[in-house]
Amino acid sequence: MTARHQITLRVNRTPYECSVDARMTLADCLRENLDLTGTHLGCEHGVCGACTVLLDGQAIRSCLMFAVQASGCEITTVEGLGENGALSPLQAAFRDNHALQCGFCTPGILATATEFLGQNPAPSRAQAESAISGNLCRCTGYVTIIDAILDAAARLQSSGGK
Amino acid sequence: MKPAKFDYFQPTQIGEALALISDRGENSRFLAGGQSLVSMMNFRMAAPSALIDLNRISELQAVHVDPSGDLHLGAMTRIRRIETDPVIAAANPLLPAAAAHIAHFQIRNRGTIGGSLAHADPAAELPGIVLACDGEIRLRGREANRSVKAADFFQGVFATDLGEGELIEEIVFPAWPGERRWAFQEVSRRAGDFAMVGIAAWFDLAEGGQIAEARVVAIGVGTTPLRLREAEQSLSGQPPGPELFARAAAVGSAGFDAPSDIHASAEYRQEVGAVLIERVLLQAWRRCE
Repeated sequence: MTARHQITLRVNRTPYECSVDARMTLADCLRENLDLTGTHLGCEHGVCGACTVLLDGQAIRSCLMFAVQASGCEITTVEGLGENGALSPLQAAFRDNHALQCGFCTPGILATATEFLGQNPAPSRAQAESAISGNLCRCTGYVTIIDAILDAAARLQSSGGK
Repeated sequence: MKPAKFDYFQPTQIGEALALISDRGENSRFLAGGQSLVSMMNFRMAAPSALIDLNRISELQAVHVDPSGDLHLGAMTRIRRIETDPVIAAANPLLPAAAAHIAHFQIRNRGTIGGSLAHADPAAELPGIVLACDGEIRLRGREANRSVKAADFFQGVFATDLGEGELIEEIVFPAWPGERRWAFQEVSRRAGDFAMVGIAAWFDLAEGGQIAEARVVAIGVGTTPLRLREAEQSLSGQPPGPELFARAAAVGSAGFDAPSDIHASAEYRQEVGAVLIERVLLQAWRRCE
């Protein structure tokens, strides 16, 4: 079992086969094997939230999971949030509200907020603040991030979730 | 950093997992949600030679309430489920109240109750709740199975009664009377941080209105979660009220064995913990008024 593991991942609606060492984290597999470098690595111990992706629809830390564990799972990264080259409503709200400065934390916050808005389509400001409490923005641009999440909630409500 | 090399196994049955851990020897580890272990591996504070991944063993994710009202949580029950499943909330409301304080929801999506108990961080919420509820931890071994009371399970910082090759199968919480008064609160610098101190408490009222039985448990102020027996004794047989709770807080916080570290001094934990005991008892009392 020290041998490499053949795994199948479905990432952003595309199936991938890859061969990984057991110790390769899901984050490293996405970045290095699949060239999906939108997922960022900050702390590599689950604190900063930069590497957050959606695993079967749930936001998780991709630095705290091994790629081999995700075999057979459906993964969505920042590259797959929009469809056909268009931004998702959440991404568009981030652009329109200037909710990113350096952009390092953005992919993780988008993954986090995607699950959050799916579960709580009409959040209060306090709920949105609590939802992103596990994502650090090193530019400290939290105010516009929260504005964008609330704006996205309003857009999704008025468009019936599309 | 990146973890050291290890062999990886993904069993689908408990028996298979027990055979693997026994074959692979003492430097192999079970992998539950990975929210503590993988982080320690990334820092190379842990470098197991083999990981036996429990995530594909569906038996370990079973949740049910038995006919006597006891709640059974499989060891691989995710913390997010404990926080949100109405069946769990109805069978033991302290569990979701405490689970909501554990790290952030992305961590709760993966973290498990069995992993939290086996890790035995003295500031962790679920070990405190299992202790406060007189929970029973059911272990499977290759040779024999056994049950351990929460009071005997936690033995020190990151130290438990788990023997070599033993696996937590489920945690059983005794039936919860509907009239029970309960509360959980903790103090941390930021949402999601480990608690500097946390208090779980419940009490049942006798027909005459006095407290029949009480539990007060503290986390973050000892090497294990602590049952504050002096506080419990001071409550027992008395009519509930703010003055009684203040006295219980004074004797309860005297039982802390609080550490001083970069997060808070022992004196601070002592002082805040006393206030917290009082607030938790008040919240419990007012819950059904």
